[in-house]
Amino acid sequence: MARFGMVIDTRKCVGCMDCVVACQTENDVPQGHCRDWIVTEVRGTYPTLEMEIRSERCNHCDNPPCVYCCPTGASHVEPFGKTVQVTANRCIGCKACLAACPYGARFVHPEGYADKCTFCLHRVKEGKDPACVSVCPTRCMHFGDLDDPKSEVNRLLGSRKWHTLLPEAGTKPRIFYLD
Amino acid sequence: MPSPSRRRFLKISAATLGAAAAVPMLHQASPFANAASAAGPGTVTTIPTYCEMCFWKCGGIASVRDGKLWKFEGNPLDPMSRGRLCPRGTGAPGNHYDPDRLKRPLIRSGERGQEQWKTVTWGEALDYVAERMKKIAAEHGPESIALWKHGTGARFFEHVMRAYGSFNKAAPSFAQCRGPRDIGNLLTWGTGLGSPERTDIANARCLVLIGTHLGENMHNTQVQEFAQAIGNGATIICVDPRHSTAASKAKHWLPIRPGTDLALVLAWMHVLVKEGLYDKDFVAKHGHGFDKFATAIAESTPEWAEKETGIAAGVIRETAREMARHRPATLVHPGRRVNWNGDDAQRARAIALLNALLGNWGRQGGLFLAAGMKVAPYPFPKFPEARKPKVDNPDGRWPFADEEVTTGLREATITGKPYPIKGWVVYAANLIQTLPNEKETIEAIKKLDLLVVVETHPSEIAGWADVILPDTTFLERHDDLYVGWGRQGWAALRQPVVPPPDDQKPAWWMAKELANRLGVGEYMPFKDMEEYLAVRCEKSGIDYAKFKREGIVMGPKKPITIEEGAEIAFDTPSGKVEFFSDQLAKAGFDPVPKYTPPEALPAGFYPLVTGRSPVHTFSRTQTNPLLADLVGENEVWINAATAAKAGLKSGQYVRLKNEDGVVSNRVKVKATQRIRPDTLYMVYGFGHTAKGLRRALNKGASAAQLNTRYKVDPLMGGTSIHRNFVTFEKEA
Amino acid sequence: MLEITTTRHNPFVDPQLAVWGWEIPVYLFFGGMIAGMMILAGIAMLRVARGEDPESFFSVQTPLLGFMLMNVGMAALFLDLAHKLYVWAVYLTFEALSPMSWGSWVLLVAYGILMASALVRIGDSWPWLARTFPIVGRLSAAVETPSRLRLLAFANIGFGIGLGIYTGILLSAMVARPLWNSAILGPLFLFSGLSAAAAMVHLAIRIFPGRPAPQGMVGGAFAAMWQPLGPRAPRAGTENALVRADVGFLGVELVLLALLLLGLVTAGASQIAAAQILISGAYAPAFWGAIVFAGIVLPIALQLLELGHRIPHTVVPALLVLAGGFALRWVLVNAGQASQILQSASR
Ligand SMILES: Nc1nc2c(c(=O)[nH]1)N[C@H]1C(S)=C(S)[C@@H](COP(=O)(O)OP(=O)(O)OC[C@H]3O[C@@H](n4cnc5c(=O)[nH]c(N)nc54)[C@H](O)[C@@H]3O)O[C@H]1N2
Ligand SMILES: Nc1nc2c(c(=O)[nH]1)N[C@H]1C(S)=C(S)[C@@H](COP(=O)(O)OP(=O)(O)OC[C@H]3O[C@@H](n4cnc5c(=O)[nH]c(N)nc54)[C@H](O)[C@@H]3O)O[C@H]1N2
Ligand code: SF4
Ligand code: SF4
Ligand code: SF4
Ligand code: SF4
Ligand code: SF4
Ligand SMILES: [Mo]
Repeated sequence: MARFGMVIDTRKCVGCMDCVVACQTENDVPQGHCRDWIVTEVRGTYPTLEMEIRSERCNHCDNPPCVYCCPTGASHVEPFGKTVQVTANRCIGCKACLAACPYGARFVHPEGYADKCTFCLHRVKEGKDPACVSVCPTRCMHFGDLDDPKSEVNRLLGSRKWHTLLPEAGTKPRIFYLD
Repeated sequence: MPSPSRRRFLKISAATLGAAAAVPMLHQASPFANAASAAGPGTVTTIPTYCEMCFWKCGGIASVRDGKLWKFEGNPLDPMSRGRLCPRGTGAPGNHYDPDRLKRPLIRSGERGQEQWKTVTWGEALDYVAERMKKIAAEHGPESIALWKHGTGARFFEHVMRAYGSFNKAAPSFAQCRGPRDIGNLLTWGTGLGSPERTDIANARCLVLIGTHLGENMHNTQVQEFAQAIGNGATIICVDPRHSTAASKAKHWLPIRPGTDLALVLAWMHVLVKEGLYDKDFVAKHGHGFDKFATAIAESTPEWAEKETGIAAGVIRETAREMARHRPATLVHPGRRVNWNGDDAQRARAIALLNALLGNWGRQGGLFLAAGMKVAPYPFPKFPEARKPKVDNPDGRWPFADEEVTTGLREATITGKPYPIKGWVVYAANLIQTLPNEKETIEAIKKLDLLVVVETHPSEIAGWADVILPDTTFLERHDDLYVGWGRQGWAALRQPVVPPPDDQKPAWWMAKELANRLGVGEYMPFKDMEEYLAVRCEKSGIDYAKFKREGIVMGPKKPITIEEGAEIAFDTPSGKVEFFSDQLAKAGFDPVPKYTPPEALPAGFYPLVTGRSPVHTFSRTQTNPLLADLVGENEVWINAATAAKAGLKSGQYVRLKNEDGVVSNRVKVKATQRIRPDTLYMVYGFGHTAKGLRRALNKGASAAQLNTRYKVDPLMGGTSIHRNFVTFEKEA
Repeated sequence: MLEITTTRHNPFVDPQLAVWGWEIPVYLFFGGMIAGMMILAGIAMLRVARGEDPESFFSVQTPLLGFMLMNVGMAALFLDLAHKLYVWAVYLTFEALSPMSWGSWVLLVAYGILMASALVRIGDSWPWLARTFPIVGRLSAAVETPSRLRLLAFANIGFGIGLGIYTGILLSAMVARPLWNSAILGPLFLFSGLSAAAAMVHLAIRIFPGRPAPQGMVGGAFAAMWQPLGPRAPRAGTENALVRADVGFLGVELVLLALLLLGLVTAGASQIAAAQILISGAYAPAFWGAIVFAGIVLPIALQLLELGHRIPHTVVPALLVLAGGFALRWVLVNAGQASQILQSASR
């Protein structure tokens, strides 16, 4: 069974937020909320600067504290792609998972349940890329099976240096950022 | 506990919901659904059309779910989008659902500019417009009615007005945008560079961006190719007073003092010539007046330029050599909106000359030769002869302008010379935000007997109108075909995806109805656009039914580079690339570009430069719920050290005051390392003052409002946008 | 220099986590206090079962008070839920890794224990009930055998400790919040709960020291909660015992707080930043003023003076302890949400 992940090339990403808009329309994300977002990190002092731009979302962690803390099992690891998902009609809206996620990846849907990036499983099941990946004008995002040594994501991880977010949190995130 | 209140949020969304009864995107997912499948498809149909969130005109495919617009994605057949839209295109459904849209025709009921209206029927509105137009025509002649236009929908307004004898017109896309660039290149190569620019960014080994802020400037294809170039490991040199997104991708970021780019370009050319690094074959074969050019730039040393630009002479040399190393696959991007200082055509010409020295004309990784395709025109009757010259450029005041000059038309309206302009029809150009110095625009409006504004939104210019005609958004209408020039010619189809939500009508329909009322109905002989388009397609051998399904037809493939076997020729007076321009010399201008330093700053003032937010287009998307959600107001960028000295912190509000005492709306400070200590930056298009733009009203500051002092390019009438100085006023 | 900007803008998540308002601190406070009351009740029951101190019922009836307070705490928890209609989903599953799931089940059992414990001497404290429903009297007699009392006592103590620690673990399991992510939070909340429980009982016997209790339906119910000794005055020494216990609990609490901070400031940058929120940041006034001084140090001092007979017994220390106990939950819940794992400045 696949283990889905993303590899994002920070050298190409321009922070245009297309991935954010695409997620909003594709998934009817309620206004005022977002499942993905852009972080820019600037290091240095004028005029010697380095900037990394990242498209962030739920990392579908291998070691997901949001799942562990959920009292109802609403947050769970879906066998399909070993992705972390929320079953809305099992969620009581206790928000423990929001507090447990070091990435701020979740929010409370106005209708009361915890919501976040699904890795667009509904599209992936149809053989498509997630909406954010397929819209990205710089083609800097790549989605695929981390357990398949021949997948593009693994090829990219083998070809470049990369980092994940807050590795010290011990969550084993599955979104990898190429340096 | 300070927390964003859930109640407040619910109230806001309830209010928006109330305002636009059908806003399905607000709350789609059902509480009983698994969030993973919340986007459960209903019945989905897809319709291709081309995008008009900006003027790049990418091909897209709209999805309609259960009769409602769901999403808009790139059309893989389209050479502009290559299957991917930019964020504004992706956000197009927000335009359709925008609760701030105009819904019905309006006729002014209060004073001009008071934004008081009565709702009328289309018949009443069009009768009113036609009557007034006839009155102006009777009193002054039909040429006293002018058209302001920007966008595809203006096509038939222009046509009908031309038929009526109203041939005066102007668009902000020339003098406020790419005009100086086109003229600078025209004078050098004998041709402008068009839109889309014929830049082979994807294959460039070295890409030089002077201001061009790709990544924020989201001209889709350009951004896609920019990423390709990054992926290919191209060397990027970025000249920008601000650490733009593009600068963050560059090997060399040159934080130049605003307004001094010409000095840098001259110094680069100086190095290339002095060190013999330029393409000697190309220059020998295709250059005109090279020796005179070489003499003219002999003094433009890097050391000289360093003093002007603030870029170290060593860096200037190093980057010049880097460019030479990769030629001819070195591309100095010609820029797009280049009207910065009011002498921009000469800078654009210098950039063209730099490209010529690199020998990249018609080369892979350089400036390729655009290819087009032929699509037959509709067989219209011939227009009547124009009886008078246009008013915007009397006596060739700007001798090299090859399009109409906006401020010229505005000035003629104010002065009544060479003849009065008494009516304006404005199609999709928010002149208050678009033209420099809104005072002059308002002064001109006050001279009018009729101001018709065709708009989707109650914009600032609409606020001054006598009649507002509510247009459909591009997703709700037919327009003329777009026949594009690029690596390969193509044509794109615009067709309605969803019906307009209220009583909005498509532009072609308004034009046709107006034509009937003006007695020039025979110039719009087709029943509707379906018929018009079918005729054009049939005459061109395009299968219209297939076109409707696919949205794009490609033209023939032709060689576009010397590598592919293309031939190059130059349509200049000399038939060569004009390093020395005799026509400029004859007209009394510098035949080789010459640098003049920008004027000194008053103490405590900073130059205010502008650019784009990737999710907004000009002043037209700030009420789009999808896009405003991401960037709801602009920020003024201030170098962190400068901010600290002024006691300003990120997130704090200030007002900007320019040297003429104009004070902006309040705007958030972004204290950052990413800008020169002596420069301020702001995204253009915010700071709306029109009451009907509820979501955008008083959000951020307007760069245009502060653009009171502007210089006019003597060659072609381009107006400066970066020549205003501002200081801060702290907000309590 | 590190400049980070984000476009994320989710309510209750940005600019900082704010998912829990007053409801969760209230719930944690009552949870901790009930835990403490169960432990105190358990100890008292053991003594009763041994025949010692049969008059010292002060904790025998506290379960009824605990039962009612538990409802208040649970109501607060319920109010916090964003998807209230689905609350039953908690009891469709047991999630072994989820403190909240453990807590939900522990609370369910605690409810049962509290109800069973409330039967002890119910006839004395709420005669109306025993009169009206003879079954209650019979059940009451049934649990009052020494062996059953002992069983109940152990259940009270065991689940009391579990519940008390759980209120801390609920937070400390959140790896994402450096301020919470400490093993000390469990014992800290437990001892804070114990001190609050002692203060609460002390408060009850101070306010209603053995006046003839009302006997009816409503009055009797209140009396049963607040006046556990019915018409009898508490024995001399009871009050002192409570105060002594309270001082002890507060002392331990103070030490645990110090250990919590020590643990944080000697760890990584994120933990130091988290500690700073309490020590010198936005929550410093509440932390030092309301928790450390007014909630611990001052009541210890006052109660020591009371024990030394330098000042008379008053309700003041008990009120301070209760307020301090709530402040501890409130500050930790809020400051914890403000703490996060920091992106390291160098990479
Ligand atoms: N200060 C300053 N001024 C500038 C610039 C700058 O950067 N700074 N940029 C310059 C440049 S590069 C350009 S190209 C121009 C752009 O100038 P404009 O094209 O005038 O730009 P907008 O402000 O977007 O105004 C367009 C108006 O058309 C309306 N509209 C949008 N879609 C439709 C439609 O489908 N039908 C109709 N009827 N109306 C529609 C919008 O509501 C909006 O009010 O501005 C120039 N002016
Ligand atoms: N998202 C988005 N994309 C757009 C548009 C939009 O509205 N929104 N509009 C489109 C249109 S019509 C146009 S014309 C283009 C305009 O886009 P471009 O042609 O790329 O940009 P400009 O607006 O000319 O320049 C903006 C950049 O120039 C820098 N700059 C300012 N002053 C100077 C200077 O003196 N020297 C140098 N070297 N740099 C300077 C600014 O810091 C900023 O980064 O964008 C197009 N793309
Ligand atoms: S769409 Fe692509 S380039 Fe744009 S912000 Fe998202 S990841 Fe970056
Ligand atoms: S990123 Fe957050 S929400 Fe997503 S799996 Fe990891 S911990 Fe859970
Ligand atoms: S909010 Fe919902 S998904 Fe999150 S922990 Fe609570 S029950 Fe689980
Ligand atoms: S994978 Fe899908 S749900 Fe997740 S951020 Fe991308 S578009 Fe949104
Ligand atoms: S660049 Fe963006 S907004 Fe412009 S036409 Fe293309 S998709 Fe539409
Ligand atoms: Mo433009």
